[in-house]
Amino acid sequence: MKAYEKAIEKLILISAIVTTVSVALITVFIFKTGMPILLQYGVLDFITGTDWSPTSEIFGIMPLIIGTLAVTLGALIIGVPTGIACAVYLSEIASKKTAGPFKAAIELLAGIPSVVYGFFGLIVLVPAIRNYILPIFQKFNPDLNTSGFSILAGAVILAIMILPTIVSLSENAITAVPQEFREASLALGANKRETIMKVIVPAAKSGIFSSVILAMGRAIGETMAVLLITGNVAQMPGSILDPVATLTGTIAMEMSYAGPTHQQALFAIGIVLFIIIMLLNILAQAVMKKMGGVN
Amino acid sequence: MNKKSKNAIFYAIIVSLSALALISLILIVGFILIKGLPGITTEFLSQSPSKMGKEGGILPIIIGTLYVTLVALVIATPIGVAAAIYFNEYSKDTRSVRMIRFFTEVLAGIPSIIFGLFGFAFFVVFMGLGWSVLSGGLTLTIMILPTLIRATEESLKTVPMSYREGSLSLGATKWQTIVKVILPCCKSGVLTGLILGMGRAIGETAAVMLTIGGSMRMAESLLDPTRTMALHLYMLASEGISEEKTYATAALLIIIVLIINTIANEISRRMIKLS
Amino acid sequence: MEIRENEEKKFDIKGLDLYYGKFQALEKIDMDIYANKITALIGPSGCGKSTFLRTLNRMNDLIPGVTIEGDIRFDDENIYEKDYDVINLRKKVGMVFQKANPFPKTIYENIVYGPRVHGEKNKEILDHIVERTLKEVALWEEVKDRLNKSALGLSGGQQQRLCIARCLAVEPEVILMDEPTSALDPVATSKIEGLLGELALKYTIVIVTHNMQQAGRVSDNTAFFLSGKVLEVDNTAQMFSNPRNSKTEDYITGRFG
Repeated sequence: MKAYEKAIEKLILISAIVTTVSVALITVFIFKTGMPILLQYGVLDFITGTDWSPTSEIFGIMPLIIGTLAVTLGALIIGVPTGIACAVYLSEIASKKTAGPFKAAIELLAGIPSVVYGFFGLIVLVPAIRNYILPIFQKFNPDLNTSGFSILAGAVILAIMILPTIVSLSENAITAVPQEFREASLALGANKRETIMKVIVPAAKSGIFSSVILAMGRAIGETMAVLLITGNVAQMPGSILDPVATLTGTIAMEMSYAGPTHQQALFAIGIVLFIIIMLLNILAQAVMKKMGGVN
Repeated sequence: MNKKSKNAIFYAIIVSLSALALISLILIVGFILIKGLPGITTEFLSQSPSKMGKEGGILPIIIGTLYVTLVALVIATPIGVAAAIYFNEYSKDTRSVRMIRFFTEVLAGIPSIIFGLFGFAFFVVFMGLGWSVLSGGLTLTIMILPTLIRATEESLKTVPMSYREGSLSLGATKWQTIVKVILPCCKSGVLTGLILGMGRAIGETAAVMLTIGGSMRMAESLLDPTRTMALHLYMLASEGISEEKTYATAALLIIIVLIINTIANEISRRMIKLS
Repeated sequence: MEIRENEEKKFDIKGLDLYYGKFQALEKIDMDIYANKITALIGPSGCGKSTFLRTLNRMNDLIPGVTIEGDIRFDDENIYEKDYDVINLRKKVGMVFQKANPFPKTIYENIVYGPRVHGEKNKEILDHIVERTLKEVALWEEVKDRLNKSALGLSGGQQQRLCIARCLAVEPEVILMDEPTSALDPVATSKIEGLLGELALKYTIVIVTHNMQQAGRVSDNTAFFLSGKVLEVDNTAQMFSNPRNSKTEDYITGRFG
């Protein structure tokens, strides 16, 4: 009996280690494949190079980094205020009756596959930008032109995609603010708006902040949606209506036809992406830890 | 500006932004369902595609999706449940356990395209499994593990300590206690994790794209290449093959997601009712 | 402090110290627990009586950071010895908890849980165990028609008696009871108290209680705990009528606690 129990315990421990081993394997295989080209080409040249022409073996990923950052930043500008507003609405304003379905709707957003978002962006958003948004921009700058595949399209779709992350984590943080804070503020004669803005949201700020970091990680790592709508042109963008290529989109797009060196370079992009995501993860965990037991 | 109008503006902003989120959901789901539902015919569900998917149905692709998802669930479920049991029942709060937990969190945050690259380098090339159901399924296994672990652990946490004490005090071993008392209390939690993992596996594209090959032929073994619905949708959309088939595929995916979410919600509602 | 030298000792405890991390919860406990007697452990909250009770079937093993020094001999074997069979100990030393903790299973399944875990598969024997134990706790008449209904549907007092029956099903030698009636109403309490005398004919019982009258009513021997120490152990009648320690007297007469 004892030996049997011990054996089970070993098996369970092994199962628990699978995730850690996976992370280790992922790291090893991404680095092993991507590192040679990175060292041969020069890490600095690889990252700061402004020309991505894999067919002529020129691997500068600055345009891809800029593309990723532009789309992510855009998504955060739209998504963060919307997400926080939803969280405030859910936890402080909505009645129980409306909060339930609203929450289910936000969860549904999280369940929709990213390729469906991309498809929606492709058939609705991209033409809309070309036909309706462009004329507005042209009033200020007549030289502007766009196919619709653009930073803007990517940012809007990503903003919707990161909403569930921001809403659910921020709502948790806001709900965790002790009831006494609300009562104390209201007892001092503050109204609900003042209580929310000056007491509750500040008290929940580290939770909200970490939700934004995680959302950022999600936006940076998102592939299929941006692949279908940002145009995948590895160039420095001049405006938000210009097409860009992202780190993830470039990997997904070019893996199918890449030759050996090119493939290695795509793995090297994977290394860069991996490091960015790791740093964001660590940052988010540190923020969570700082706020202690709240979550 | 006086207090009243400040309040009015504040509420207007909050409510309209929340409405915006809701509208975008309705817009996406509604638009795709309206455009796609007419295309989901028995023919579409029961025939093989022809002319690169321009005509015919998507039966082999539905089957391929099932295969890949099944492989992932069959392998990930025991590992995920066991890992959750380890965290909640066996581990002590030591440095190494904190490290394992940390890496589980890290795994949850890794972008799917990285999983794709890894699956390609490890399963397809290094292990020699080629572009296949198995390579895709194994890649998805790793991806859905954190979801399964989290859901199972959450429900293990809700099992009262007194059940464990009661069982142990009767001379049951720890493992007997887990199998006969604790796990039966967690059925719905495990099921929720399974369903969420399934949703993730079905909807995943980037990781699958680099590991299963994309063949539209019916897969006959685990080592055959195949194509999932999500990947099919991407292929159709990016190459502009057939608008009708693209909409229909997207609508089918949305329907599956709706069903999965409804089931998961129903289970958790019942769980709340019970406790 | 020596009572009835000639009777059989079930537990022989010598110099027991217990620490939660750095905090010492039990200090130099010396006590004998006699077979087929009811031993009551009394004392104010936090005095260590429940902690002590849980050392007897090693339930404290579940709590991280607990360290134990000294000797607890059960049937002349040190239960804290390295390779001691804890499972077997818990089989012989059953426990009833403060709050009734039936499993979310049927009444029948609750009772046969223990025997099954210990390898009994014969349906007839299991049926027999269910009837016997439920009769022993005077629950049979109340539940015999709904053995396959959830145990969680029983009242608090019934649940507690079911837990006692569940414990009896394993055929223990000792039953540890951790304030078994503190969550029950007076009627349910008196039912359980009534059981104890019966049970003591077959089993050795150690009961932790807050309720002084209860200790007086049901027990043969009583140990008074204060701040992790045993201040006095004696025949119950003796201790209640003529306590040797002034603090025991203060406690028994309700001057603190």
